Amino acid sequence: MIRIRRVHVLAAVVAAALCVPAAGIGSGKGLPTKIGKGEGALNVIEWAAYTDPSFAKKFEQQTGCKIHRKDAGSSNEMVALMRSGGGGGGGQYDLVSASGDASLRLIFGGDVQPINVNLIPSWKQFLSIFKSPAHNTVDGSHYGVSVQWGPNTLIYNTKQVKPAPTTWGAIYSKTYKGKITVPNNPIQIADAALYLMKTQPKLGIKDPYELTKPQLDAATKLLQQQKPLLKRYWNSATDEIADFKNGDVVIGAGWPYQTLQLKAANAPVAETIPREGATGWADTWMLAKRAPHPNCAYKWMAYVTTPQVEAKQALVFGETPVNPKACPYMNKIQKGSCAAYHLNQPLSYYKTIHFWKTPVPQCGWQKSNSCMDYNAWQQAWTQVTG
Amino acid sequence: MAVDVPALAGPPGRRARLRLSALLWRRPWLKALGLLSPPLAAFLLVYVGALVVLFISSFWTVDSFTGKIVHHWTLSNYRQIFDTSQPYLRIAGRTVGIAAAVTVTDAVLAFPLGYFMARFARPRVRTLLFVMVLLPLWSSYLVRIYAWRTILAHDGAINWALNGLGLPDQNIAYTNWAMWIVFSYVWLPFMVLPVYAALERIPDSYLEASADMGARNIRTLRSIILPLALPGIVAGSIFTFSLTLGDFITPLLVGGPSSSFIGNVVYDFIGINANIPFAAAFAVIPVMVMAVYLLIARRLGAFEAL
Repeated sequence: MIRIRRVHVLAAVVAAALCVPAAGIGSGKGLPTKIGKGEGALNVIEWAAYTDPSFAKKFEQQTGCKIHRKDAGSSNEMVALMRSGGGGGGGQYDLVSASGDASLRLIFGGDVQPINVNLIPSWKQFLSIFKSPAHNTVDGSHYGVSVQWGPNTLIYNTKQVKPAPTTWGAIYSKTYKGKITVPNNPIQIADAALYLMKTQPKLGIKDPYELTKPQLDAATKLLQQQKPLLKRYWNSATDEIADFKNGDVVIGAGWPYQTLQLKAANAPVAETIPREGATGWADTWMLAKRAPHPNCAYKWMAYVTTPQVEAKQALVFGETPVNPKACPYMNKIQKGSCAAYHLNQPLSYYKTIHFWKTPVPQCGWQKSNSCMDYNAWQQAWTQVTG
Repeated sequence: MAVDVPALAGPPGRRARLRLSALLWRRPWLKALGLLSPPLAAFLLVYVGALVVLFISSFWTVDSFTGKIVHHWTLSNYRQIFDTSQPYLRIAGRTVGIAAAVTVTDAVLAFPLGYFMARFARPRVRTLLFVMVLLPLWSSYLVRIYAWRTILAHDGAINWALNGLGLPDQNIAYTNWAMWIVFSYVWLPFMVLPVYAALERIPDSYLEASADMGARNIRTLRSIILPLALPGIVAGSIFTFSLTLGDFITPLLVGGPSSSFIGNVVYDFIGINANIPFAAAFAVIPVMVMAVYLLIARRLGAFEAL
């Protein structure tokens, strides 16, 4: 009898111990109302340096959540990693720093779960457009918290490209034939669509991410005409930096990160947002559906969006915070950096940036399911580059 | 029984071992089964099993909304690949074409080198040549590709040399030519070794006999050396061809705007919408190409030269 009783006690203790990690964050339908005790670990899929030790060390010391990183090279790799091991992060990963071209794929694929933004104190300070953007908020449910963003700019060599370009037409015209580069990414179709939206209004493009079949075909055709003008499609930021440095390319689409790196290496480059506007990426820390350490994940989302940390991360990576309160902290680290990264711009500036979102069949502007999904975009992109 | 009794004496552990060894001696098939079953199981489960799963999943599709795989039999993936308005046949053709060009290039380069090593070089020179052929394999494949990028770049070694000779710049970087050069370079050792082995096996007496019968060098090369070296060349070509066929890193790093390989498309489709069925269907193409290639190689006697 005694032995049996002891076994029962042991089982109860084990069961209780298993329940404790889940106690703070209620698993299931209801959103958690407070952040519980940290689980001691946090597994993230991230862009390199998104949990840079220069600001993550302090978090680890404060919360006891030890960060384990898995760097992804592309949005596709992030989605693939989240879907490995049965999806939802495979019961292994807690957070993913998904860009807008991956976030809706993760939401509709059921790989991420809604979060309670009231547990993220800095969320109320965000620029209004980053509180519930279409790329991470569906039907009022937030599937993560915005963290940083950057525009896709037109980078050019100031010695070779004169006068300075003011239109995206520069990368679709013969002037710089053989010395142009654009990213190797299906979302690049949106850049072509944005250009067509402004130059060929009769196509009726309302949103560069919501294209009907004829609109996608028109964008594909423009990209096919562009292909013989290209030096290459770049696959990583370092690729593009090297090509600008050695003179293989003189103009192309890229990110502020590349421009900053090139300027730091004294290369004669500048960047601009042409008059058609630009596309942009905005990254979201999203919570995996089967996250094993949800409390640490919430703690990280709360920590990384505070103004001080936002400022640090922006300057480590070369991007712009979503929290405007980060401005003075940026200037404190690097004089004038708040303005250099456009954080002090009015809302009208942000209206010229069309943020990446995964193309899905539902068209908001057409109120129908007639838009082309990301699979169709991928096939069109293979059609162009293959 | 009388024979068994002394053998079964002694401590129980030793007795069991002796009984087992006697059993294996009496039943040779048990011995064979014991030796072969671990590698055979690994081969069937890991290798053939993976290929079968690949083949089966190529007949499924993906739900474009959720990205989940739909287990519904269809030929639509293959129909799309063989549709000539789609880019996939062009990509497959490019992959096979460059793999073939690389194989021919490596054979042409490896034959004289292997011949010199096998028939003329003294042992010390031969060892030195071996080291030089194998030395690049000690460094990472990626490092060597990046090295080629700097050689081929706009301001790289090639254009520097051309300018020094008063010749105009060449734009080799990021073209299919660049891929051809880099592939030929990285896979060359895999051709040199089997070609050398095949040439070394030709007995000197054959060549003497050929000369005795009045054949000149060209005739000896054509009628004696080449036919006997052919299995080695074909064996080497299996490596160079299959390695090029399956590569996707070189096209990413040195390829131009039209340099996608089968591997690149497979990689992209798995990442996007996790369209594994389509990727599987496209991956079946190189498997088929290699199957045909290996059948031809067997007829040419390549497997005796491996």
